[in-house]
Amino acid sequence: MRVVVDLNRCQAYAQCCYAAPDRFVLQGDEILVYDPAPPDRDRAAVERAVQACPVRAIRVEHGDAPAAAGISA
Amino acid sequence: MRNETIVVAGASLAGLRGAEALRQRGFAGRLILVGDEPYLPYDRPPLSKHVLTGEIAPGATTLPGVRGLDAEWRLGTPVSGLDRAGRALLLADGGRLGFDRLLIATGARARPWPNADEARLSGIHTLRGRDDAAALASGLAARPARVLILGAGFIGCEAASSIRALGLPVTVVDPGPAPLARTLGHVVGSFVAGRMQAAGVDYRPGTRVTHLEGDGAGRVRRARLAGGGAIDADLVVVALGAVRNTDWLAGTGLAANAGGVSCDGACRVLDAAGRPEAAIFAAGDVARWPHPLYGGRPVALEHWGNAVAQGAHAARAMLDGPEAAGAYAELPAFWSSQFGLNIKSLGLTEGADAVAIAQGNPRTGRFLAVYGRAGRTLAAVSVNAGRWLPAYEAPIRAAAPFPPITGGADQPALKPVPPGLPAPRAA
Repeated sequence: MRVVVDLNRCQAYAQCCYAAPDRFVLQGDEILVYDPAPPDRDRAAVERAVQACPVRAIRVEHGDAPAAAGISA
Repeated sequence: MRNETIVVAGASLAGLRGAEALRQRGFAGRLILVGDEPYLPYDRPPLSKHVLTGEIAPGATTLPGVRGLDAEWRLGTPVSGLDRAGRALLLADGGRLGFDRLLIATGARARPWPNADEARLSGIHTLRGRDDAAALASGLAARPARVLILGAGFIGCEAASSIRALGLPVTVVDPGPAPLARTLGHVVGSFVAGRMQAAGVDYRPGTRVTHLEGDGAGRVRRARLAGGGAIDADLVVVALGAVRNTDWLAGTGLAANAGGVSCDGACRVLDAAGRPEAAIFAAGDVARWPHPLYGGRPVALEHWGNAVAQGAHAARAMLDGPEAAGAYAELPAFWSSQFGLNIKSLGLTEGADAVAIAQGNPRTGRFLAVYGRAGRTLAAVSVNAGRWLPAYEAPIRAAAPFPPITGGADQPALKPVPPGLPAPRAA
């Protein structure tokens, strides 16, 4: 799973931190730290975080990255 | 356009978001992304922050959007040139990729220490890519006796914050008067300096390093200062800004130099005579375009949000035409986190002649500063006050009278002062 948060949009409402406390944390007043590569077992929690974000700043993509991303010879 | 080929030179944020927008807008032809690094597009902002502190692994920031793209990836393959007449991208491995349209998103690279012999000493790092961050993290894990950071821009300051968080002694040498002064000015920069010093950083404003010296084993040991004196350090981070990756365009007749590749508001790259190329577009850090909010002044922004928005704008211009896409006018925006501060900015401060603390107070560690020029609003910067910032978007877009918002409950009278911005660098 790959996660990115648009930190221009983020306003530290911290709803993601309640929805997926193992993957999203606020440091200080409003610095959001998140796991950009959560394990698949956290899928439901991360989805809840995406839905809970009041400013829709979280994007997630499930599944493996393309293996064939291969470096061309 | 089912039979067309679009090549994207650059496989980082702007290239990825541009490629995604092409697919979302229905481009069904062949799509090829070429990247110099052997990695799928990854997010860079964490590299100077939580990757250095060890909270995030350097390889963990692959971006969402890589999976469903239906693209061919040519990774680990630097571009070496462009055959403009023949519509082909030339690759460093000798390959040649024909295209119907090209998106240039080759970004920028860290400006190296200017003395190449000295720059080869081991223990000297720059910080731009994932490999840089991994190498620096590994150097930090050896617990150097002192880390010296050259430059107090965003990368230098974020690295200083992360390295102090590891408990290592840090000196920051800054030719300027205050951290981040080029972007935020001396008034806000001085506040950051206070936080930096409170975190235990040995901050040296107005100081310039002339030479880096090594020991017999070729390992950096010391920095010599202009005007005498030296600082002993066994790990050095060179954080002197970035150079746009346009060397490969030399000799093509396109308007490109170390400051970027010039394009119009539809992201079409200009030739040396200022005429737009119909088939070649640019986006992200490498692109320089006339910003309508700033009087058409050419700007090139190393901002995450610009890479996202401009990549998408270029895609629209490619598929729907420049008129449909309109002039790209994204409001510049960025964030930085360091020393417990969340700094966010809207607009561009360059040329500001006044700054006012419009809300909050630096003494409480939470405030919003608004910047103006000749009585008009240019930009706003929040420090641990991000929710106050969106209210300034409309006044900045409208160049509203400065200061734009008065009568805030905690600020009965605003006191604009000179912001302390240094003169702009020569292009």
